[in-house]
Amino acid sequence: MTTYLLTGARPLGGDPTDVLVADGVVAALGADARRAGAQVVEADGLVLLPGLVDLHTHLREPGREDAETVESGTRAAALGGFTAVHAMANTTPTQDTAGVVEQVWRLGRDAGWCDVHPVGAVTVGLEGERLAELSAMARSAAAVRVFSDDGKCVHDPVVMRRALEYVKAFDGVVAQHAQEPRLTEGAQMHEGVVSAELGLTGWPAVAEEAVVARDVLLAEHVGSRLHVLHLSTAGSVDIVRWAKARGIAVTAEATPHHLALTDDLVRGYDPRFKVNPPLRTAEDVEAVRQGLADGTIDVVGTDHAPHPREDKDCEWGAAAFGMTGLETALSVVQEVMVDTGRLTWADVARVMSTAPAHIGRLTGQGRPIAVGEPANLTLVDPAARRVVVPEEQATASVNSPFAGRELPGRVVATFLRGRATVLDGALVEGTHR
Amino acid sequence: MSTGTPTSGSGRQGTAPGDGVAGTTVLGAEDVARALTRIAHEVVERNKGVDDVVLLGIPTRGLPLARRLAQRLAQVEHVPAEQLVGSLDVTMHRDDLAHQPTRTIGETYVPGDGIDGKVVVLVDDVLYSGRTIRAALDAISDLGRPRAVQLAVLVDRGHRELPIRADYVGKNLPTATAERVRVLLAETDGEDRVVIEGGAR
Amino acid sequence: MRHLLSAADLDLGEAVLVLDTAAQMAATQAREIKKLPTLRGRTVVNLFFEDSTRTRISFETAAKRLSADVINFSAKGSSVSKGESLKDTALTLQAMGADAVVIRHQASGAPHTLAHAGWTHGAVVNAGDGMHQHPTQALLDAYTLRRHLVGDGGRADATGRDLAGVHVAIVGDVLHSRVARSNVQLLRTLGARVTLVAPPTLVPVGVHAWPAEVSYDLDDVLATGPDAVMMLRVQRERMSSAGGGFFPSPLEYTRGYGLDARRLALLPDHAVVLHPGPMNRGLEISADAADSPRAVIVEQVANGVAVRMAVLYLLLAGGDTTRGRDEGTSRAGDGQERTDVRTDETRVHA
Repeated sequence: MTTYLLTGARPLGGDPTDVLVADGVVAALGADARRAGAQVVEADGLVLLPGLVDLHTHLREPGREDAETVESGTRAAALGGFTAVHAMANTTPTQDTAGVVEQVWRLGRDAGWCDVHPVGAVTVGLEGERLAELSAMARSAAAVRVFSDDGKCVHDPVVMRRALEYVKAFDGVVAQHAQEPRLTEGAQMHEGVVSAELGLTGWPAVAEEAVVARDVLLAEHVGSRLHVLHLSTAGSVDIVRWAKARGIAVTAEATPHHLALTDDLVRGYDPRFKVNPPLRTAEDVEAVRQGLADGTIDVVGTDHAPHPREDKDCEWGAAAFGMTGLETALSVVQEVMVDTGRLTWADVARVMSTAPAHIGRLTGQGRPIAVGEPANLTLVDPAARRVVVPEEQATASVNSPFAGRELPGRVVATFLRGRATVLDGALVEGTHR
Repeated sequence: MSTGTPTSGSGRQGTAPGDGVAGTTVLGAEDVARALTRIAHEVVERNKGVDDVVLLGIPTRGLPLARRLAQRLAQVEHVPAEQLVGSLDVTMHRDDLAHQPTRTIGETYVPGDGIDGKVVVLVDDVLYSGRTIRAALDAISDLGRPRAVQLAVLVDRGHRELPIRADYVGKNLPTATAERVRVLLAETDGEDRVVIEGGAR
Repeated sequence: MRHLLSAADLDLGEAVLVLDTAAQMAATQAREIKKLPTLRGRTVVNLFFEDSTRTRISFETAAKRLSADVINFSAKGSSVSKGESLKDTALTLQAMGADAVVIRHQASGAPHTLAHAGWTHGAVVNAGDGMHQHPTQALLDAYTLRRHLVGDGGRADATGRDLAGVHVAIVGDVLHSRVARSNVQLLRTLGARVTLVAPPTLVPVGVHAWPAEVSYDLDDVLATGPDAVMMLRVQRERMSSAGGGFFPSPLEYTRGYGLDARRLALLPDHAVVLHPGPMNRGLEISADAADSPRAVIVEQVANGVAVRMAVLYLLLAGGDTTRGRDEGTSRAGDGQERTDVRTDETRVHA
């Protein structure tokens, strides 16, 4: 395995140092790192982060390989600086049995661009009625710890209670997609001034908040941990803040798009901006940023949701919900949180690596940058700027809401257990299988 | 400015005052008035009175000309002027709509009980290619069936593209195609004057 | 005007121009010969993804009166119901050489997408999209209001006039109504004052940003003496649980928001009653009100043809260099206007 010497890198944005990557681990730091025979990676001024961990992607395989495959999705992940991603359960067939989650896990291993951790469905077929065989998935080779019906809400309070209780047996966590189904029938966008004008059926904030409130109380009652996916409203942030103050074991996620985009963008009826939960108001965006800055929100998850072109090349009402995000997430977080002084690079390491790894109970990911630790690393050039061109991305789909937008930051290199998956901003082909 | 290269016998009388219309004035206010009076008499003479005559002015400037003619006819024949004059907008019958900016549609109205069996005298300011009059003839046929249609124009500048000629002409004004003829009327422009612009004069 | 997608596309000058043009069109429709040669050679496609015989016939009549070729494309029984997308339908129409596409679609924003996705080069006219907009309905309503309420109650020429000072009450299912949305915007542009009247369940969240007042009490609003009352259609299925359960029963709705003889009598003498049709007699409007002399509902239908003629004229009659129709013509007609103004005021005989 190639040995790499990263010269002048700034771990977590701190003082520059040299970092030696050898035998899959961080072998040395500082003066000790200068060793002959290592391939030098010029990293002057670049920020070194622990490899990013995403609790929330849709890799679409099996079933919708026209939108994404594990291979194309993990290539996108590596380019985005990720060394581990969780793949949501809404595949076809659904990831609700040990067999399917093991299949996805193996596809990830075969691809080799980053670790793929399948998320298990909470209920059979995501139908919200009967618990899936959670224990079998937990004990499978995929060792599933995160369970979610994402895309759909576990809306029945009894089913949700049972799930929260049941996963305690193997230290699992239920990741809830908070969406009251009756309040969102036919919903197309955030309900407010813009939906009233555009004549699109509204998606009220309360449809999310009511479920978040119910679930934190359920988690408290049964003493389980709860993870809330994609908080999008100011009210949801307030409820999670209240729950944490009360000592409830709740963690929460924000997506890059809910940190950056508002429902004003829907005015052009461009389906690229159609997403679940919907883009909200500027006040909501500010509340989500504040929640991420003050620790109420624990992680940034991409909710990378690729769709084939025909599912977005149509009128708004017929278009699919979802946006790609793996290759833009870090840049968006830098733009709205780091460059504005609301998060440090150490905070970025926390919300995009350490915390998600901990929530997913991943042992080798989200570790400190220290001698002897697994060399899952991401090297970022924060001074770079680039215009997002979806057609040039590795993801198989082009439904990026940031298309044409200039964003800061560029992932220069990604290391997965000491092996470079990305160097000079490009995938390292042929070495990983 | 006076011109040293006249292409016709008409006297050209210097530049326009500083009202935004440059060019050579070819008819002054008195010339316009005289021409209209003469046309009015010709209309009466040719139609042996005005009993069946309807003057239809083509907006914009044909309409005030038609009204002035109607007043002159009324004085001669002692009938109310407003019963003699109407307005005929030809926009919707033009064959050149696709080649020009969208036009505002003007008003069309016919005095009395229509034009069936009447002698319609179309009135316009300038006769050039003949296409406006072609459109006007089509527009008239949508309104009814007149006994005859005649044409009165203040200026005939030549260059016909269709087999159309005027029955009553205020002034024949040979021009080059590069020139522009502008008719200014008190009702629309604050003064009566006919100006030639552009070309090599 | 390139397209007509929303009443908000029109500024005051453009809105008045449409109404003035419609007035001239209406005058031609009083003649024995109603057909004009104006749009000869132009093709208008009526692309209807949603049933609406009235609106389609109105547009079809308008286009035919202007001598345009009309192609009716209805989603029912067509390839659209076999899964063909809006995009493919649009590309087909483009290949057929549609100069204008009149589109009715159940999805809000579909006309916007059609106009801006590059699938067609023709002008797009929104004939009603979801709960969003129905701009020609708003224009015909404004035209009808101007005829009755401006210029001494229709006795004097209203050309060039707006609706300043006119108070209009829009009553009924505002939430689901594209007619209400278009009318609020256009009436505001024309200077009128609008009061929306509906049960709170049928008023959209976010309505506070609209340039209109909101009331839940029809009798209160009628007591203020509005110049016009516009009744909106209420679908009976809205009361069912599956339909959203927006009101308890048709009877309760009618008691609160139906226009009947008693409420009609509360209106000032000059006030008129409008309804976009089709009416639910006995639900939002009683037969007494619908058939009263104040109801201008039948006239609205006739005015619809004139307004749609005006819209098609203004969208299609003008020269458009992007269509490449100007080639080979060094000179135009007698008019010779080379200026870029719309009016004939600066007619130049070049």
